[in-house]
Amino acid sequence: MLRYAIRRLLISIPTLLAISFIVFALLDLAPSDPTANLPLTIPPEVREKIRLSLGLGEPFPIRYLKWLQQFLINEPLAVFEQLTGLSIGDSENRLRVLSWATRSPVTDLIVERMPQTLWVVGMSYVVAVLIAVPIGVISAYRQYSIFDQVGTLISMLGFSIPTFFTGLLLIVIFSVWLGWLPSIYDTTHVVNDWESFLFQVRQMIMPTMVLALANASQISRFMRASMLDNLNQDYVRTARAKGVRERTVVLLHVLRNSLIPVVTVIALGVPTIFGGAIVTEQIFRVNGIGALLITGIESNDIPLVQTLTFIFAILIVLFNLIADLLYGVLDPRIRYE
Amino acid sequence: MSEAASPEPAAAPAAAATAHRSLWGDVWRQFRAHRGAMIGTAVFSFILAAVIFGPMIWTVNPGETNIRARNLPMSFAHPFGTDNVGRDMLAQMLAGGRVSLAVGITAMLVSMLIGALIGVLAGYFRRLDGALMRLTELFLALPILPLLLVAILLFRDTLRANFGPEAGVFLMIVLIIGVTSWMQTARIVRGEVQSIKEREFVLAAKSIGTKEGRIITRHIMPNVLSPIMVSATIGVAAAIITESTLSFLGLGFPPDFPTWGRLLYDGKDFLTRAPGRVIWPGLAISLTVLSVNFIGDGLRDALDPRIRGR
Repeated sequence: MLRYAIRRLLISIPTLLAISFIVFALLDLAPSDPTANLPLTIPPEVREKIRLSLGLGEPFPIRYLKWLQQFLINEPLAVFEQLTGLSIGDSENRLRVLSWATRSPVTDLIVERMPQTLWVVGMSYVVAVLIAVPIGVISAYRQYSIFDQVGTLISMLGFSIPTFFTGLLLIVIFSVWLGWLPSIYDTTHVVNDWESFLFQVRQMIMPTMVLALANASQISRFMRASMLDNLNQDYVRTARAKGVRERTVVLLHVLRNSLIPVVTVIALGVPTIFGGAIVTEQIFRVNGIGALLITGIESNDIPLVQTLTFIFAILIVLFNLIADLLYGVLDPRIRYE
Repeated sequence: MSEAASPEPAAAPAAAATAHRSLWGDVWRQFRAHRGAMIGTAVFSFILAAVIFGPMIWTVNPGETNIRARNLPMSFAHPFGTDNVGRDMLAQMLAGGRVSLAVGITAMLVSMLIGALIGVLAGYFRRLDGALMRLTELFLALPILPLLLVAILLFRDTLRANFGPEAGVFLMIVLIIGVTSWMQTARIVRGEVQSIKEREFVLAAKSIGTKEGRIITRHIMPNVLSPIMVSATIGVAAAIITESTLSFLGLGFPPDFPTWGRLLYDGKDFLTRAPGRVIWPGLAISLTVLSVNFIGDGLRDALDPRIRGR
C-alpha cells in the first residue's frame, strides 16, 4: 500500500509539471501587455523598464523556471513563516509572485480570500453529502416507489438546472418576494453573539444550498446505484437468513459496502465544487477565491490568474490521488502490488 | 414498459415470426417505452422548432430599441415583456436560442470528433494507447472553467479582428468547449474498441486481408456508435451549460448579441424590477438541458442490449 502510494505520488509530479507549463505558456504567449493600462504620457523607454522590472525581459524558459521556483519554493516558505513566525534563510530578499494590479504577493491575497470560499464551499459539500446519502439509501431500498421516482426527477432537475439560475431563482423568491434572506453575502460580518450568529446562518443558507443541491443530486444517484448493486449480493441473503434484523442488514452490511465507491466519488467532486464556487460567488457577491479569479481576469493580472489556476489544478490532482488511495484503504479486495 | 409490449402479442403469431425486427426498430421500441425520454424529445423538438421557425412568425426585430416601452411586464404586444432599453424579450429569446443551441450542437460535434478519434486510435493501436491516455488524463486534470475564462479573455481580440465580432467569438467558444470536453467520450470509446477488437468478426475480417482503416470504419465504428450517441446528447447539454456559464460571467458573446446566458446576465441587475428577464432565459436553458438529459437517459436504456431484451 505504502509503495503504491509513493509510486502514485511520483506519477502525479510530471502531470502537475505539465499542467503548470500549460497554464504558464497559455498566459504568457497570449497577446497582452501589463503596461497597456498605464497613462499614455509614459515614454516608451520607461515603459520598457517597467516591463523589465515585472520580469518580462528574460527568455521564455528562464521565466518559466523562475516562476516555478517562486511558486513551489518561495511561496510555501513565506506562508509557513507567516503561520509560525519563524524566519528561514534570507526571507527579506526572497522573490515573491507579485500581483500586477495590487503589487502585493499573490499568496497573501489568496490566504485573505480563502476562508470565505472554504466556509461556503465546505459547508455546501457537507450539506450535500448529508442530504444525498439518506436519499440514495431510501431510493435504492424502495426501488420504483413514489419516493424513488420523485427522487429521480429531483436529481435530474438538480444536475440539469445550472447553479446560476437556481441562485437567481432563490434570490427572487426568498429575498425579493418573501424578504426572508439577504441576497448579498456580507464577508465583513463578525460573529460575536447569538444575534450575529443567526445573521451569519441566514446569509449562508442560500449560497450553501445552491451548491449543495447541485452536488447532492449527483451523489445521491451514485449512492442509489451502489446500494442496488449490493442489495442483491449473496452476503445480504446470508445475513437475512441467519436472522439479522433488517435495519442492521441495510445500515451496517449494505451501506458500509456501498459507501466505498461513493466516498471516492465524493473525493473526486471536491475540485469541481471549487469551480462551481466561481459562479456562486458571483451571484451572492462572496469575495472568495472565485471572485478573486474573476477580478484578476478582468484586470489582466496575469501572475494572480496563473497562481489561482495552478492551485485549482493542484486541487484536482490531489483529490484524484486521495480518491485512489481511499479506494484501496476502504476496499480490502483491492491489492496493489 | 408494459404499454410498449402489449401491442406485440396482439398480432398473429405467424405474422410476428416472419415480421422483420431490425436493430433500430428494437431500439426505437425501447426508447418509446421510456416516458421521460419521450417527453424530453417532445420538449426539445418544440424548443428547436420555436427557435428555428419562431422568428418567421414573431417578426419583431430583437435589436430594436424603444425608449418609451422600457421594463414592461408581460402583455399582448410583448408576451415576455421588454428589457431596460425597450427591446422585445420574446424576439431576443428566439434569437438567443438559435445561438445557444447552435453553440451547443457544434461544440458537441467538435468534442465527439476529437473524443471518438482519440478513443478509436488509443483502443485499436496499442502503440498509441499509453501516450493518448496520458494526454486524456492530463486534460482531465486541467481546471477547465478557469482556463476557459482565461483563454476567452486572452484570445477574444485576436479572433474578433480576424473573423469579425460574432463569428470570431462563436468560433472561439465552440472550439474551446469542444477541445476541453472530449475526455469522457475518448475513455468510453477506447474501452469499447478494446473489447470489440478481440471479437471473432474482426479476426475474420483481418484473416481475409482487410486493411486496418477499413476494419475501423466498417467493423469497429458501427459498434461503438451507441456509446458515442449517448455521450453526444450529454455533450449538447454540457456545452449549453458551459456557454451560458461563460456568458453569465460576462465572458461570452458581446452585449447586444443575445444568447440565453447573455440575456440572463443582462437581466440579473434588474432582478427586483423585472424578474421575468431572468426567469425566461433561465427556464429556457433549464428546459433544454433537462430534455436533452432525459433523451440521453432513454437512449442509454434503449441502446443497452442487456435491458433491451426485456
